[in-house]
Amino acid sequence: MTETSTRKRLVVVGGGMVAHRLVEAVADRDTAGEWHVDVFAEESRAPYDRVALTSFFSGRDPEDLLLGDGSLWRREGVRLHTNAPVKAVDTAARQVHARGRVYDYDALVLATGSSAFVPPVEGSDLPGSFVYRTVDDVTELRAWVTDRGAELDRPVRGAVVGGGLLGLEAAGALQAMGVESTVVEFAPRLMALQVDEGGGEALRRLIEKLGITVRTSTATKRIKAGRNGRVARMDFDGGDRLPVDVVVFATGVRPRDELARAAGLPVGERGGVRVDEACAVPGHDDVYAVGEVACIDGRCWGLVGPGNTMAEVVVDRLLGGGATFPGADTSTKLKLLGVDVASFGDVFAAQAGSLEVVHSDPVNGVYKKLVVSDDAQTLLGGVLVGDASAYASLRPLVGSPLGADPTAWLLPEGVEGPPSTELPDAANVCSCNNVSAGAIRCAVTEQGCTDLPAVKACSRAGTSCGSCLPLVKTLMTSELEKAGVEVSDALCEHFAVSRAQLFDIVRVTGLRTFSEIIAAHGTGRGCDICRPVVASILSSLGTGHVLDADQARLQDTNDHVMANLQKDGTYSVVPRIPGGEITPEGLLVIGQVAQDFGLYTKITGGQRIDLFGARMEQLPAIWKRLVDAGFESGQAYGKAVRTVKSCVGSTWCRYGVQDSVGLAIALELRYRGLRAPHKIKLGVSGCARECAEARSKDVGVIATENGWNLYVGGNGGFTPRHAQLFAEDLDTETLVRTIDRFLMYYVRTADRLQRTAPWVEQVGMDEVRRVVLDDSLGIAADLDAAMAAHVDSYEDEWAATLDDPEKLAHFVSFVNEPDTADPSLAYVTERGQRRPATADERREGVLVAGPTLEVRS
Amino acid sequence: MTPVCPLDRLVPERGVAVLVGGHQVALFRVTDPATGEDRVHAVSHLDPFSGAHVMARGIVGSSGERVTVASPMYKQVFDLATGACLTEPDVRLPVWPTRILEGLVHVADRPAEQPVDPSLDPSAALAAATP
Ligand code: SRM
Ligand SMILES: Cc1cc2nc3c(=O)[nH]c(=O)nc-3n(C[C@H](O)[C@H](O)[C@H](O)COP(=O)(O)OP(=O)(O)OC[C@H]3O[C@@H](n4cnc5c(N)ncnc54)[C@H](O)[C@@H]3O)c2cc1C
Ligand code: SF4
Ligand code: FES
Repeated sequence: MTETSTRKRLVVVGGGMVAHRLVEAVADRDTAGEWHVDVFAEESRAPYDRVALTSFFSGRDPEDLLLGDGSLWRREGVRLHTNAPVKAVDTAARQVHARGRVYDYDALVLATGSSAFVPPVEGSDLPGSFVYRTVDDVTELRAWVTDRGAELDRPVRGAVVGGGLLGLEAAGALQAMGVESTVVEFAPRLMALQVDEGGGEALRRLIEKLGITVRTSTATKRIKAGRNGRVARMDFDGGDRLPVDVVVFATGVRPRDELARAAGLPVGERGGVRVDEACAVPGHDDVYAVGEVACIDGRCWGLVGPGNTMAEVVVDRLLGGGATFPGADTSTKLKLLGVDVASFGDVFAAQAGSLEVVHSDPVNGVYKKLVVSDDAQTLLGGVLVGDASAYASLRPLVGSPLGADPTAWLLPEGVEGPPSTELPDAANVCSCNNVSAGAIRCAVTEQGCTDLPAVKACSRAGTSCGSCLPLVKTLMTSELEKAGVEVSDALCEHFAVSRAQLFDIVRVTGLRTFSEIIAAHGTGRGCDICRPVVASILSSLGTGHVLDADQARLQDTNDHVMANLQKDGTYSVVPRIPGGEITPEGLLVIGQVAQDFGLYTKITGGQRIDLFGARMEQLPAIWKRLVDAGFESGQAYGKAVRTVKSCVGSTWCRYGVQDSVGLAIALELRYRGLRAPHKIKLGVSGCARECAEARSKDVGVIATENGWNLYVGGNGGFTPRHAQLFAEDLDTETLVRTIDRFLMYYVRTADRLQRTAPWVEQVGMDEVRRVVLDDSLGIAADLDAAMAAHVDSYEDEWAATLDDPEKLAHFVSFVNEPDTADPSLAYVTERGQRRPATADERREGVLVAGPTLEVRS
Repeated sequence: MTPVCPLDRLVPERGVAVLVGGHQVALFRVTDPATGEDRVHAVSHLDPFSGAHVMARGIVGSSGERVTVASPMYKQVFDLATGACLTEPDVRLPVWPTRILEGLVHVADRPAEQPVDPSLDPSAALAAATP
């Protein structure tokens, strides 16, 4: 390794959440560049947000869980080794062993976290039994459930052993995958460590209401395999049995102190590397332990907040400071399956003379308890189940006066607002990152933050579990208001109005260029937020081609070149294939174009074909071929109507009751090119079996014996929603008119980047029905006219571009060398097609081709 | 300085890429609303966050008094005059001096100052990696 010899070497073992915080703190605070940091991580990924692990099941990509934006690991002086477990530590030689070699250190930090603990129950190692700790764990769990689900003709059955915080998260994950789940808990109530008996009971009722079976006071005796050798049955003490296809153990964690033990470092009674208040190992002032593996004051902390505090302490020490670990609190807030649970402070009223004030509403599944001092003045702790909206305000008040009758805090939301109390500056608002109310105020008043992202970046509050965000926002807003700053729903710094207001302004004033609009109603030159919004508004109002002079400079690159930008700077091309129906001749043309230009091809999730790897300067030639063959733009790049997915319907299918393909094509041709606040997708199924998944679309149509049922507000993506029934048994004409009005009403009033699902939620389904079906606002004729104008003025953007030399002139790689391809492009062949080379492949030089080699035309 | 194209070839507030001395450079023509005077900004075409050469395809705008461009890939915003990234203060785009002479845009053969930290300039890394 080429070390800068003057720098001291810091070696961090473990690449988890606390290691990430530690390196971030070094990067921030070691301004003199005293330390060079090597992080050895056993997992294959850069540090990720373990706290948010469960969001993996709601469709979040593991990549989205990564902490930070990755730039930390590209910094000079910081090196992250993934897939690199440290095998041994030699404190005498000051070396660690990893990747088959040794690395010297001047300071060593152990941040190895914990591993999931599996009790020694017979059968706990059978295939089908899992733990819940890493991205790999949840990936395997999901694959198992999916595979089992495909084999069985009944729902998969699952059990979670452990009814604590983690167990309920795991049960939520199983439930989300459609598994019939049971939670098995040894203790007499759920979340025994965090909530009291009353809270546990309320929690059980809420969880059972969701269809999860709860068995408390139950000990698991063994797990039996079926004939195929996989998990099949659980036996409990007392003789009960439960058939299962999958078991998740969430029975606690054990510190990963094995390296430390082998190196002869002191460990705590129940494990964990023993450290002093500086997080240093006694007798070794160059060895530290932080996070879940550290045993400080005789205990290990299983939460990320205290771990982050330890990381800050160590970094301070490394830079010559004298920080000590101040202790931490065990407050938790959990939202699972829509159930709120929070506990904080002295939950069990352990302090002498403390009083408990309880509000219980079994009908609505709410249980709230505050623990207060004997004079009912000072808040000591509390439990909130079913409605934890007061958590963010209450938790920071622990140890301070409540300022009002405690019962006032317990009333249901909306009955009477909780008493407003100015939080003391010292109150801890974000327990994950240890941020006080004062620090958040300071971010606003002294560091000039004016919005939530800025306050988060500056103070770190709200960047982990996010449960403190409502309070952070309240504090920020009140600070801004004090400073006379108006907090608005402004689009960006250039426009003080929302998208819907701007739409009306543009529609009513008749202004049709960005320059006029910003001069009259905004400031500055605009930005990457408001420019595309104005472009989209102008488009929705039918004002000509996306590349007309004034509009062109407003467009995001996708709209600008009418293709989708890919990671290496090339584009993808998606011709429209209405309803997913395509002739063999059409397929041949697409195949030929792909072959001639060396494009990677893939069937998309939207029933059409995507051609990847086209360079900007190739787009006109590619589109010339496609347009000549009768294809047109698929607007895959635009915030616009995308696809109308269809099933084969009555034409071929023996169950179909209407021609779903015919309707899908008609709808796609009607709405093609319609620009909107966000993309719009439609689907048409030929019968109630719903093979077109229409209910996951913004507009879904399902055939009935008598006509069509219309559903609206569906969404896949990050927050999936089923579309809700809007109107039943419509004839085709009424159906189309209803969709026209629904879409136009959405286009006019939704926020920037708001899909129909959140828009419907915001406006209210009943209100949308009144406007669209009953014309309660008297705008139906107007909406109809707007849609008619759209349909009449539609032209294919690509055909129009090919006819206009001025527009074509922009499709060059370099103005001074129009035919030279971007020389940095590099490709390798995989499964018979080319794809961009990875950074490693570039480094190792296994490149097979530069930008142009495979191109034949 | 190398002449690269006529000023008229540049549409105000829309970027183009040029090749200068082996570097991919992004040019932006910006008109001063008060004086009507034209300026051409030149920054590295390489987006330091994605490693792709795409900066010329970003959206031009302003942040306070500064004229900016947003990376089309992950939308970080840069000051066109200094190359500084407004959202990530440690990152900066190399900036090339430019001149408009007799209707032609000229671009310097190398950036104004070498980036302080080579890890901030992936083009160096890429150049080293490309055989
Ligand atoms: C190509 C395709 C994946 C594929 O290979 O199958 C795809 C690719 C992209 N999707 Fe998608 N989505 C594709 C089908 C889908 C589907 C499935 C569907 O349409 O039935 C969904 C879920 C359904 C839905 O939208 O509700 C989907 C949900 C998303 C989302 C999440 C939207 C949301 O409301 O949460 C995004 C992100 C966004 O738009 O903000 C996204 C964004 C993207 C972007 C634009 C990401 C980006 O900025 O690069 C990808 C670029 C497309 C490209 O380069 O051509 N894509 N994407 C599919 C193109 C369909 C088409 O023919 O046009
Ligand atoms: C599903 C789930 C939900 C949670 N929810 C919350 C919550 O809401 N609030 C909260 O505060 N906490 C929560 N936690 C706990 C929180 O995630 C942990 O407290 C935190 O991640 C601890 O950080 P750490 O860096 O100490 O350990 P980890 O994040 O576990 O990181 C340790 C890393 O070190 C690696 N490692 C171990 N040995 C070696 C070796 N020899 N060489 C190299 N690498 C090694 C491991 O592979 C691991 O990647 C949750 C945990 C889980 C699993
Ligand atoms: S939804 Fe109905 S008509 Fe369409 S393919 Fe499925 S079964 Fe056939
Ligand atoms: S309390 Fe978890 S992010 Fe603030």
